[in-house]
Amino acid sequence: MLNSKIPPGALENKWNDYKGHVKLVNPSNKRNIEIIIVGTGLAGASAASSLGELGYKVKAFCFQDSPRRAHSIAAQGGINAAKNYQNDGDSVFRLFYDTVKGGDYRAREANVHRLAEVSVSIIDQCVAQGVPFAREYGGLLSNRSFGGTQVQRTFYAAGQTGQQLLIGAYQSLERQVALGNVEMYARHEMLDIVKIDGKARGIIARNLVTGKLERHFGHAVLLCSGGYGNVFYLSTNALGSNVTASWKAHKQGALFGNPCFTQIHPTCIPVSGDHQSKLTLMSESLRNDGRIWVPLKPNDTRKAADIPEDERDYYLERRYPAFGNLVPRDVASRAAKERCDAGYGVGNSKQAVYLDFASSIQRYGQAEVSKRGLSNIDHAGVMALGEEVVKEKYGNLFDMYQKITGENPYETAMRIYPAVHYTMGGLWVDYELMTTVPGLYALGEANFSDHGANRLGASALMQGLADGYFVIPYTVGNYLADQLAVKSIPVDHPAFLQAEKEVSDRINRLMSIQGKQTAESFHKRLGKIMWNKCGMARSEEGLKEAIEEIRALKKEFWSDLRIPGIVEEMNPELDKANRVADFIELGELMCIDALDRNESCGGHFREESQTEEGEAKRDDQDFAYVSAWEFKGEHNWELHKEPLEFEVAKPSQRSYK
Amino acid sequence: MEHYNMNLTLKVWRQQNTRTAGRFETYKVSEVSSEMSFLEMIDVLNERLTSEGKEPIAFDHDCREGICGSCAMYINGRPHGPWHANTTCQLHMRAYKDGDTIVVEPWRANAFPVIKDLMVDRSAFDRIVQAGGYISVNTGNAVDANAVAVEKEKADESFANAMCIACGACVAACKNSSAMLFMSAKVAHLSLLPQGAPERNTRVVNMVAQMDKEGFGSCTFQGACESVCPKEIKITSIARLHGEYLSAGLTSNK
Repeated sequence: MLNSKIPPGALENKWNDYKGHVKLVNPSNKRNIEIIIVGTGLAGASAASSLGELGYKVKAFCFQDSPRRAHSIAAQGGINAAKNYQNDGDSVFRLFYDTVKGGDYRAREANVHRLAEVSVSIIDQCVAQGVPFAREYGGLLSNRSFGGTQVQRTFYAAGQTGQQLLIGAYQSLERQVALGNVEMYARHEMLDIVKIDGKARGIIARNLVTGKLERHFGHAVLLCSGGYGNVFYLSTNALGSNVTASWKAHKQGALFGNPCFTQIHPTCIPVSGDHQSKLTLMSESLRNDGRIWVPLKPNDTRKAADIPEDERDYYLERRYPAFGNLVPRDVASRAAKERCDAGYGVGNSKQAVYLDFASSIQRYGQAEVSKRGLSNIDHAGVMALGEEVVKEKYGNLFDMYQKITGENPYETAMRIYPAVHYTMGGLWVDYELMTTVPGLYALGEANFSDHGANRLGASALMQGLADGYFVIPYTVGNYLADQLAVKSIPVDHPAFLQAEKEVSDRINRLMSIQGKQTAESFHKRLGKIMWNKCGMARSEEGLKEAIEEIRALKKEFWSDLRIPGIVEEMNPELDKANRVADFIELGELMCIDALDRNESCGGHFREESQTEEGEAKRDDQDFAYVSAWEFKGEHNWELHKEPLEFEVAKPSQRSYK
Repeated sequence: MEHYNMNLTLKVWRQQNTRTAGRFETYKVSEVSSEMSFLEMIDVLNERLTSEGKEPIAFDHDCREGICGSCAMYINGRPHGPWHANTTCQLHMRAYKDGDTIVVEPWRANAFPVIKDLMVDRSAFDRIVQAGGYISVNTGNAVDANAVAVEKEKADESFANAMCIACGACVAACKNSSAMLFMSAKVAHLSLLPQGAPERNTRVVNMVAQMDKEGFGSCTFQGACESVCPKEIKITSIARLHGEYLSAGLTSNK
């Protein structure tokens, strides 16, 4: 049933060969072909603009008030590309290899190699669009390091790389809107896929301002709707980020790949109380210069600055001398949890570790002193100069920390703790990014394809733009070339009417429950179950409990939910309830998947599968496959396995020591 | 940091939709923690309203980390509240003390009609970008990224303008509801880079024309916009815009 359609031939030739032989659609035919794109983040906006430029008729949808607000905008640290501008030994092969290894050998080699190949074109394209990446004094582009690599291949724009890349893609999208090639539907949410003769042919969307349902036809439908980290309630995702588009596709027959693969990011601002609505990330780039530590003594209540150097435990540097503070995210997160669970945590909650810039500030300060030829500078003067350098590199992140916590991170070490950040799992797609529903594609974080069980830093932006700018323009044509005979299907076709009725019935069902509890309160409870039992550490016992608890929660949700207001007008509570209902179902599948995968790999840590030193123990014998789940009915899924074959990057136990 | 709880009185603008008139409603909120964000305080109130079967206050918000530009509340007469260089979502309740009364309104500008309560329609900004806020380069056309060197100073200044989050606080603060700071930031972002040079003249002329068409007011250089901008876009960008516009008029053939 699963055909990944990986082209034959040597790994490094696959994409070129594919491009050389793929079917094309001629320009006059493109004008008659309509494509629906759901989501306008990096993947969606880049796909919409590129396909618009090619001459397709594109309709793009986003739930935000403007496509520029999609959550890609919040990505901070950077974007990887195998440019080797630093002459430090980087290459397409190394980026490919680092990504497969970083993903703990649970990604598809061919997809990852293609990603590494097109990474170089992404940077060119973005610079041409006017993305103001950081530059050196000579006027050329600057790079920095990210976790899990030993080269400097990350391009960045201070701590706002995602914002700058998205604005580049957004501007290209708006240009296509002005040219009439893209029609933009903001404040619209996709609520179902319409299938005709087994193929995706359109969507049902809710206009979030009027509350009215709309039917839209497309020869193909592209889901670029992001990840589902908000299933945990608290995550670094935007509050509106949701799984609904992917989940509707899943229920219409698209298999869901590796749902349990979640990335817990090591450096986030810790939870402060029950009122908390979201968690804020402190970019991984901070680990370039910040040092992570906890006190050597358990339950040490002294202030960070009062703890002398020899009473600190720089545990990442201690455990992983080769990579130190730049180990991959999964490793860093687990190490922080281990220290906190053992009683070495800091802050009021004791669920935090320090991220300390004091030594970098001093080092940069001294470098400035010698650069400027200054003499007679006291310690405070050196630190002030160092602060200026750190401010230029990370200023916006430090400001954000101060606003949230009320503490000045230039003076006191930051407190950080891991938080849900990204989901490697997503809709299963083949090499062409098509799901198991013909004509339905998934791009960017919405698909499962490139990051295996753990994503390396600065690779999400790369993948989103690779899929949208450089992959889908080729692969969608290969499908559409066979669809030329299909005329635009009128939206009063019975399949459209039926799909709209089902969406409408479900909305009415939600509205008519008239119980006592809010969607938000159900979401919070779901999040607690997921975080405690399907979070940083998972066990058979916990997962089995979680599945039962989620099923009970679902029952309660559908019998005691309260939504005020009416259907046919703006109703944010209704929108939220729609999303929470899908999150609950997804949560169950994530636990089922985590239970099936009785090995530790990447972000998925099964307590039953660890080494004596507490490191994750992968089991290639039994689990070198992609789990692709088929929806069969309520609480019922069938597992399909796509075996993973590694011809080039031979699996080894990952070591960052 | 010392934490404390407080009781507050909120006066919030409620408006069912664009067609109906709005009014202020008064709400008491108690036991608000100084650690909450302003939006989390509204969340708590909304949860209460929802469980009472009343409609919660509608407001735009998404990333809650000051970058998406969705949130837009006019708090005690100032866009995004009292803190400098801040968005509503990053405003925290330690800015207030027990017993305070806080007035919350939507952005006020004809070009930003109210959709519901505190939510306004800012699609005019997208149309201004459509008029020319881009560099016309199709995917695949680019040369190597390091083929063109860009002076670091100019790249940095371009970036400082590109940081604009299009929240609309500049318009809300301006007595003329002018969108000049927003637009000048986009013009500066693109015209400071060599890549933006070929369309420099048409871009500024078309964007200004679109801004006028949308019903934004004129700029009288008072600087209210600059003082509330969450991303500290400088009013000198408006001066640059005047220069760009003038030079476009002198050198353009159209």
